[in-house]
Amino acid sequence: MELLVSGSVPVVQKSRWLTVHALAVFAFLYLPIAVLIIYSFNGQGVGGFPPRNLTLNWYRILFQDGPIWDSVLNSLTVAVSAMAIALAFGIPAALALDRAEFPGKALFRRLVLLPLILPGIITGLSLLMLFREVNVKLSLVTIILGHGTALISVATTEVFAGLQKLNRAQEEASLDLGANYWQTFWRITVPNLKLSIIGAALLIFTLSMDEIAVSFFLIGRDNTLPLEIWGRLRRGITPEINAISTIIFVFSLAAIVLWYRLRVGGQGTSQVGAELTENTIAGCDSRV
Amino acid sequence: MATTFDPAFTNSTQTNAQPLLSLRAVAKHFGKNIVLRDISLEIAEGEFLTVLGESGSGKTTLLRILAGFEQATAGEVWMAGERLDTQPPYRRRVNTVFQHYALFPHMTVEENVAYGLRIAKRPSSEIESRVSDALAKVKMSAFARAKPSKISGGQQQRVALARALVNRPRLLLLDEPLSALDANLRRQMQGELKALQREVGITFIFVTHDQEEAMVMSDRIALLRSGELEQVASPREIYSRPATAYTAQFIGHTNLLKADVRNGVATSGALSWPTTAPAGAGLFSLRPECIRVADSSAPPSETSLPTTVPATVRLRAKLRDQVFHGANELLRVECADGQVLTLRTSTRPAIDGNGELELEFSPADAVLVRPSEERA
Repeated sequence: MELLVSGSVPVVQKSRWLTVHALAVFAFLYLPIAVLIIYSFNGQGVGGFPPRNLTLNWYRILFQDGPIWDSVLNSLTVAVSAMAIALAFGIPAALALDRAEFPGKALFRRLVLLPLILPGIITGLSLLMLFREVNVKLSLVTIILGHGTALISVATTEVFAGLQKLNRAQEEASLDLGANYWQTFWRITVPNLKLSIIGAALLIFTLSMDEIAVSFFLIGRDNTLPLEIWGRLRRGITPEINAISTIIFVFSLAAIVLWYRLRVGGQGTSQVGAELTENTIAGCDSRV
Repeated sequence: MATTFDPAFTNSTQTNAQPLLSLRAVAKHFGKNIVLRDISLEIAEGEFLTVLGESGSGKTTLLRILAGFEQATAGEVWMAGERLDTQPPYRRRVNTVFQHYALFPHMTVEENVAYGLRIAKRPSSEIESRVSDALAKVKMSAFARAKPSKISGGQQQRVALARALVNRPRLLLLDEPLSALDANLRRQMQGELKALQREVGITFIFVTHDQEEAMVMSDRIALLRSGELEQVASPREIYSRPATAYTAQFIGHTNLLKADVRNGVATSGALSWPTTAPAGAGLFSLRPECIRVADSSAPPSETSLPTTVPATVRLRAKLRDQVFHGANELLRVECADGQVLTLRTSTRPAIDGNGELELEFSPADAVLVRPSEERA
């Protein structure tokens, strides 16, 4: 017994350091967010430690702030429209990648992923130059087009992953039972891709909601929420910003949890989760 | 190689009507890779035909051509007087039971079975009654509202069968449908499938790599080897009259005897027996159960075999080893010239002091087969 215990001591020590290390990483990642949330309830404004006089006052001010809510509405409009555009182009692209054979397919596969890797500054700048060239006035529409095109890659990768997992024998069975290709697509292929499509939609929505770089270049007179916040920060941090950030955080978290639940619940593999986290990280990287 | 049609079968079953299905010189190439070559085959209405072959022999490709998922590179397929191979899969009166069933996971058992009828826009009262009949036939009525993921492999198999049969196809294709089941369930399903086929009277083409399964279920077996038909015959015929050495070895066990035929007598080492084979080198297949332990008390010839040839050939051989199989035993014996034979017997052999035993076989059981050259 004692032998066993003494033998396992170094292992225990090692894992203790590992725990400390992990905690440090988590603190580094989440402490700022925690501080932000706590200070959104701080009665003394942005300063002062420890926070005193907890209050919902900043939220009250926030809810009476017209421009913020206009920008929230703008952001929602942009996100929903970008989602529609990205899915409308991304799903056929994924189908083409999965089933069609065409010259330059390998190149196409890489090009479709390019917006994920490309820095937002490049995407934004190039779109800005394009819109200038064709004399399109910058507005929410240009932002929608910018987000929509940049996020097609997200829709394509998500749906392509779903198609790869789809059992082709099911489609053959459908044809075998008398359904033509079109009927088979709607009755068998689409229902099987439902989770991938919903996942892609949620991901596109959240990515669009907090996008700054591309929006910054394409913004017209109407602000999106992140740009509104950014604009206000130039005049100094107010606890109101903390409050809206807290609300954004809660909604993003809910969306991500929902999306993850859908994927893992639907397909039952942790591998799917890992793969998607990778995609998400790649997606966030390009925009942060 | 020419396709071997069994004349006995042709006379007995296929003379009365035109065949339901007719494959004419069907070939399939994938690039340079030739998967099927010159497949010609006729299948009668209501027949249970098994396409038997090792993996890679092209049997699944053949099935996929019939279902419409692959296009033949050459040749034609006709069904009931109409060209079949030019039709898309959804216009063929052919249904398939897939190897892994391919049930639709987002539909219930009932919806799966109703799928074909819904697509065909049958009236809902008809769909309802046909679906419940089909489910009853495969004993799955109790699971009508279950999702496929909630039922066992054997049950999924039945649902796949019902989903195909409910459409009343002219031809049902089954792609190794039993391969995913465990041995006991498999045996049970073999029996049920055969009984079901008799009941519905639909022509079945069943693909398998399991020769035992093929023997148990089929009216005829089409043995496929490296994309060519090796032999097409009834199980009994293909077993007792194999055309080639490959057939003889693939279906059951056999002893292959290399013999020299001269003046109606075949000689292989220490063995010789009368034969009707033409003079020259000949390869003979002798099934293990055709070699018997001789009853030393009885005179050598007292059976009712043709009188022109002696009823039995006797030989002495040394027992090498012995494997107990329950109902019978497999013995490996070595003849005086070193030739090793395998035999199957249910009686305990009498072994003399030298470890030798007296054996016999009927010359008629030594079947002349074509040698099978090695192929990739």
